[in-house]
Amino acid sequence: MAKSAQSRSAKSGGDSAPEDILRYYRDMLLIRRFEEKAGQLYGMGLIGGFCHLYIGQEAVVVGMQAAAEPGDTVITSYRDHGHMLACGMDAKGVMAELTGRRGGYSKGKGGSMHMFSREKGFYGGHGIVGGQVPLGTGLGFAHRYREDGKVCMCYLGDGAINQGQVYESFNMAALWKLPVVYVIENNKYAMGTSVQRSSAGTELHKRGTAYGIPGERIDGMDVIGVRKAGAAALAHAREGKGPYILEMMTYRYRGHSMSDPAKYRSKEEVAKMRQEHDPIDRLREHILSSKIAEEVKLKDIDREIKDIVSAATEFAQQSPEPDPSELWTDVLVEA
Amino acid sequence: MAVEVLMPALSPTMTEGKLSKWSKSVGDPVKPGDILAEIETDKATMEVEAIEEGVLDQILVPAGTEGVAVNTPIAIVRGEDEAAGAKPAAKASPKNEMQPQTAETTTAAAPPPPATVKPAPAETDYKGETQSQTVREALRDAMAEEMRRDPDVFLMGEEVAEYQGAYKVSQGLLEEFGAKRVIDTPITEYGFTGLGVGAAMAGLKPIVEFMTFNFAMQAIDHIVNSAAKTLYMAGGQMGCPVVFRGPNGAAARVAAQHSQCYASWYAHCPGLKVVSPWSAADAKGLLKAAIRDPNPVVFLENEVLYGQSFQVPTDPDWIVPIGKAKIVRSGDAVTITAFSRMVGVALVAADELAKQGIEAEVIDLRTIRPLDIETIVSSVKRTNRLVSVEEGWPFAGIGSELAALMMEQAFDWLDAPVVRVHGADVPMPYAANLEKLALPQAENIVEAAKRVAYK
Repeated sequence: MAKSAQSRSAKSGGDSAPEDILRYYRDMLLIRRFEEKAGQLYGMGLIGGFCHLYIGQEAVVVGMQAAAEPGDTVITSYRDHGHMLACGMDAKGVMAELTGRRGGYSKGKGGSMHMFSREKGFYGGHGIVGGQVPLGTGLGFAHRYREDGKVCMCYLGDGAINQGQVYESFNMAALWKLPVVYVIENNKYAMGTSVQRSSAGTELHKRGTAYGIPGERIDGMDVIGVRKAGAAALAHAREGKGPYILEMMTYRYRGHSMSDPAKYRSKEEVAKMRQEHDPIDRLREHILSSKIAEEVKLKDIDREIKDIVSAATEFAQQSPEPDPSELWTDVLVEA
Repeated sequence: MAVEVLMPALSPTMTEGKLSKWSKSVGDPVKPGDILAEIETDKATMEVEAIEEGVLDQILVPAGTEGVAVNTPIAIVRGEDEAAGAKPAAKASPKNEMQPQTAETTTAAAPPPPATVKPAPAETDYKGETQSQTVREALRDAMAEEMRRDPDVFLMGEEVAEYQGAYKVSQGLLEEFGAKRVIDTPITEYGFTGLGVGAAMAGLKPIVEFMTFNFAMQAIDHIVNSAAKTLYMAGGQMGCPVVFRGPNGAAARVAAQHSQCYASWYAHCPGLKVVSPWSAADAKGLLKAAIRDPNPVVFLENEVLYGQSFQVPTDPDWIVPIGKAKIVRSGDAVTITAFSRMVGVALVAADELAKQGIEAEVIDLRTIRPLDIETIVSSVKRTNRLVSVEEGWPFAGIGSELAALMMEQAFDWLDAPVVRVHGADVPMPYAANLEKLALPQAENIVEAAKRVAYK
């Protein structure tokens, strides 16, 4: 996703320009179609182990990336495919990692939960709930240490927010005024346990209050609103005012992982979210009703995305498995 | 174009399932996300969603069928403008492409010797000036020299700055390098260790001090899961140059929660280097090597040693390579290995043994991982006997590893079974007499050496 094409207005926190809005549509659609395909490949046995799909939550990461600057860093948990695509990582490399092939970002050794790209500012892909929060705070520490004017966007879920290490991180980030925006993706369920059943105090954006960290609750199904809130939070952190918390109210349509039948919520609840709040459908309606683009333009985008996902799928199946000798490499850096 | 819908795998372990119910009928339009059918897996009942847009053309497996193998075609979806009964586009069955690996194929490729363990470069004989320093001063100088050399190196931990170090190891560093690079942290090991590891992922070179390694248990997730595994998980793209250091093992009379050796815990983990020096010269040379190392290094010090003095090279370019043991006393009757404070105890034992006519060779392991097996094996091939000494618990300890290695690499040279001298297999007691009983003493080593020498 070419960041150079980003319009000035979107950066400064003003309204998104029409060409930006079309790009949000494209980027969200890429994640949606990529994830649907990943689910399909999992069903075919081409992807193994854990596979956590991001379907439904696309507006969060696309909106945040739309507000980011080149050089800003991103870190998240294991529901990470969308973040990688939004950071501009190649769909082929991500899909080939999911299939465990040598063309994957981690040469097939990381899998769905562990990919990295220093070039694109993506620092993983972490499998222990909450573990990415101190790490992301450390990325923010490095930005401040180097005085590079960049910010770390540290994503966590509504389950991770109850981890003790999150509060240790909040304390240090506020104490040292580190440039970190904590993005809580509140999709209402930590695996099968709802926020109400796991959290004393469900206004998660207020969890930084004791540390003086400002927080806001945002409609995470509205990419334009996410972008606007993200721009303001990033500016706050960039100006040296310390961390910021954004609680994105979002929803995952699929189970926690592939083997989750999602019996903890009703079908009606899922259907209602999909029908009334889908971030892609909403933006599509906005584009058509505001005459930002015609139907035919959106069809072009659909086709482009289909081609990207097809090419990624093909690559991910044709790329060979890692050479057996790879078992022994990358354990230590050879000095 | 018509496409086959295949029986999906819906859990990491599913090989077949029951097609319990069709949610769509033949002729129904379907679009991506629509529920097509319900399937009972080994774990739960799951829904199958449509991927393609079109019309449900044929149902190939009726509802209620049990034992449907993963990847069996269960239905055909055709394009909206296509005629009914369309033949699905021929495509390779994914099963053929992706056969499950048999045990045979995974074991047939015999693992080559781990390529990651390269022989460490030889330690250059130092002929330059030396000075008498305590271990404490040597550690401080190592950090100061490396901080002068590389602006990306910084020190963080509890009381390292204004208090000048809980054990005064970081004395004077705040004054020289300022608060940006010598950072007092809150007492939150899990958080600040993760922060240090994150900074290392970004390319900085943190020295994370633990007031003692006992407190690092709160942070072990970040040491193992975040620091040790990142390079591998990233396919070599991104590593983690960080040093975790602080006192390890028993101090004196501080009881169970503050007296524990973590050498075997960390040495168990690929992706970490583990160093545990005894002398001040090695403490300095190895800490400098650890700071320069691009990998995560666990640097285990000992509080009792901090005040002991040794001759230390003054040249700031002098370092001790990680991965190299040192013969600190030559002998031909028995090999004694030890690390950290136990090296001093082993030397006392060796003097006593000499009085009884037994010349022991004492090897200071210095690095626990990667272990300098070559030096140990070559010594054992001369003495034909090994006594391993460590402060930690016996089960799966460093001595257990050495015993196994001698079985594998020096079996034919052994004239006696390897004997382990170790801490008692109990939490550390407080009472002075019990604490002494719990820790290896010189007489225990003497007794063990005589046993393997049949004297």
